[in-house]
Amino acid sequence: MTCCAPGAESFAVQDLSGIETDEEALLALSRKLGDGTRQLEFAVPDAHCASCIRSIETALDAMPQVQSARVNLSRRRVRVVFDPARGSVAEIAPAIVASGYHTHVVDPEAESDGDPVLRELVKALAVAGFAAGNIMLFSVSVWSGAEGATRDLFHWISALIAVPAIAYAGRPFFRSAWRALRVGRTNMDVPISIGVVLAALLSLFETLRSGEHAYFDASTTLLFFLLIGRTLDHLMRERARSAVTNLARLAPRGAVQVLADGRREYVALNDIAPGMELELKAGERVPVDATVLSGASELDYAIVTGETRPLQVGPGSTLMAGANNLSGTLTIRCDKPSEESFLARMAAMMEAAEGAKSSYRRIADRAAAIYAPAVHTLAILTFLGWGVLSGDWHAAILNAVAVLIITCPCALALAVPIVHVVAAGRLFEGGVLMKDGVALERAAQVDGVAFDKTGTLTYGTPRLVRSRTDSDEAMRVAAALAARSTHPLSRALAATLPATPPFAGETTEVAGFGIEGRIGTTVWRLGNARWDGIAGGPEGEGSQVWISRDGQPMGYFEFADEPRADAAAAIAALETAGLPVSILSGDRRETVAALAARLGVADFEAGLLPEDKVAAIHRRGRVMMVGDGINDAPALRAAHVSMAPSTAADIGRSAADFVFTGEKLAAVPFVLGTARRAAAIVRQNIAIAIGYNFIAVPLAVTGHVTPLIAAIAMSGSSIVVVVNALRLRLRGARATAAIEPVGLQPSGVSP
Amino acid sequence: MSGLLLLIPVAVCLGILALVAFMWALRSGQYEDLEGAGHRILDDDKDKPRPS
Repeated sequence: MTCCAPGAESFAVQDLSGIETDEEALLALSRKLGDGTRQLEFAVPDAHCASCIRSIETALDAMPQVQSARVNLSRRRVRVVFDPARGSVAEIAPAIVASGYHTHVVDPEAESDGDPVLRELVKALAVAGFAAGNIMLFSVSVWSGAEGATRDLFHWISALIAVPAIAYAGRPFFRSAWRALRVGRTNMDVPISIGVVLAALLSLFETLRSGEHAYFDASTTLLFFLLIGRTLDHLMRERARSAVTNLARLAPRGAVQVLADGRREYVALNDIAPGMELELKAGERVPVDATVLSGASELDYAIVTGETRPLQVGPGSTLMAGANNLSGTLTIRCDKPSEESFLARMAAMMEAAEGAKSSYRRIADRAAAIYAPAVHTLAILTFLGWGVLSGDWHAAILNAVAVLIITCPCALALAVPIVHVVAAGRLFEGGVLMKDGVALERAAQVDGVAFDKTGTLTYGTPRLVRSRTDSDEAMRVAAALAARSTHPLSRALAATLPATPPFAGETTEVAGFGIEGRIGTTVWRLGNARWDGIAGGPEGEGSQVWISRDGQPMGYFEFADEPRADAAAAIAALETAGLPVSILSGDRRETVAALAARLGVADFEAGLLPEDKVAAIHRRGRVMMVGDGINDAPALRAAHVSMAPSTAADIGRSAADFVFTGEKLAAVPFVLGTARRAAAIVRQNIAIAIGYNFIAVPLAVTGHVTPLIAAIAMSGSSIVVVVNALRLRLRGARATAAIEPVGLQPSGVSP
Repeated sequence: MSGLLLLIPVAVCLGILALVAFMWALRSGQYEDLEGAGHRILDDDKDKPRPS
């Protein structure tokens, strides 16, 4: 991407597709502020520098209806406060586009204001950090030999700081532990909470009777370390979530109804009832399953069924919700309410497919289920052993608590999340968004990969594959005409042919046929063969566009949905890593077979309905599903782990665990390679944490642990696991990953 | 000993001051856009009146 001097980026064809321009729909989305003004957020995924901020904000501030506009570069959003009385809200998004950035409205439902969980975590982190730092000052003095009244004073001050700090900063752990205990389970937070609380209580007791040892420093430092891990984990998930929301093009939230007297009125999606007549303009998505009443157009079903060729529709054709209207305006009649439409049925199937995945238990939880009972038994045995053998019950309780503190799973609780955080950062740099760390654990277990065809193995948009023109003039005119049209084939043509001066004469677009231009008395037409009465050119797989002059054909351009440039390489990398690849497509058998042969995939299934895809996934066991369409969504949810390109349908993207930006399929082996390396490092970390316990526990049981040793041991083991996790970032690190060649190449995509 | 009586409250108060300052910064939205804040310092003509 070019860096943006203001105004340097101007689009030959301003891409206004996907932008909501309906005044009422936008007002319905905006939030009311007190004084008649309203607030709306726009995503600006391309903004990345100081002059980006300036060009967007200057462009918006100059508009009369905008009161304030502020770019948030971390979230790639613009928050606009506007006054609907002073101008149209529909002009705001085009103004951002005119300043050189793609944009779309952010659905406020997907976006809660601020992030209360993060706020709580950061506050707790600040309090724990403050307490740990100050108490450590006193502890160092005690360890260096403060005695008698001075030591008591230091213990008392430590207690004054520690008790409220633990009560405040420990809440996230206490709550989670309580939730787990209430349903009769344990998680890592149970031993943490018990350890911290008992350590604090014992220290308080020791302080009261002027004892020698207090563990206030240990319990606060422990909370501090754990909160760092937890906050990073939350930030990672939040960043991925916000990036995914930024991708979301708003699904149709309503449609324009044609009333009996010819007036047009905006109706919300949920209020659309069967029998209503709706108007569907070019570029809009079909909101509900419907029948065409009048008009002619072509519909793009690529994202709905995987069918690559645009479908001609006319009066009487039935439409599926989610399809994209390419060329003409249609009047349609709603057949089914939105909750029974194709999209809603897919959502219901997704929920049904959920079961398999939710039974997966995190590594950390499985470890906790063994660890917590073992540690607590050990502490009780220590208590009883000391009490019975020495008869000194005070020493017994001291040592039992020392066991709990020293085994408090600081390193173990950090071992897994810190690896996920580091892996997520690495994936993010490679253009892959990870929604949850658990997905990484599951990705390391897969034994196969299933791909959808259209939009996943292929680009999903038409590309010029063949052309023949009789003269250079015809080629130039075709390029100039194509630049005037918004039809996907024209856009693909304009992007491929060399740039030409704009078309000199008048142009008119004829829905369902193409675009016509006049220079003097000469009529040029760029459109389908039917329009010019041409019998058709050589038979081909893709769609053809003809250029004609005064009815005489001058040449044609053929388009097809091409496989991604590195699809074959990515598949080969997966196969060499021992992961069999299969193709599951809803498209016609011949098309799928041709592509499978080209990419060297033996295992393919064609003509699959969404439910067939789910069944195919279940037959294959633990596979990763990579898909983009609405019809893939249930399969994405049913698969052990799933991935979608950022160009996928909203529903597919929200079902997938990973979303990759950019065009390279190398992202798939990259994710699987990273997941395997992460899993290896998680195992090492757990081994380190357990090894630490093998050394520290005997010391604690025999009563040799002082607060100084506890502090050193716990900090030391935490730092070791964090440093070990950071090895994931080392570029050339030849870890135990099986997938290397492509896996180490991030797909190098700008966010 | 008398030194401690002065120094300890001073040390703890400074710590509390820093904590309060952090909480204030968090509440007033200073951490909302860490990346953007770094870039905004490069933008030097925001102080001028807007071109009309």
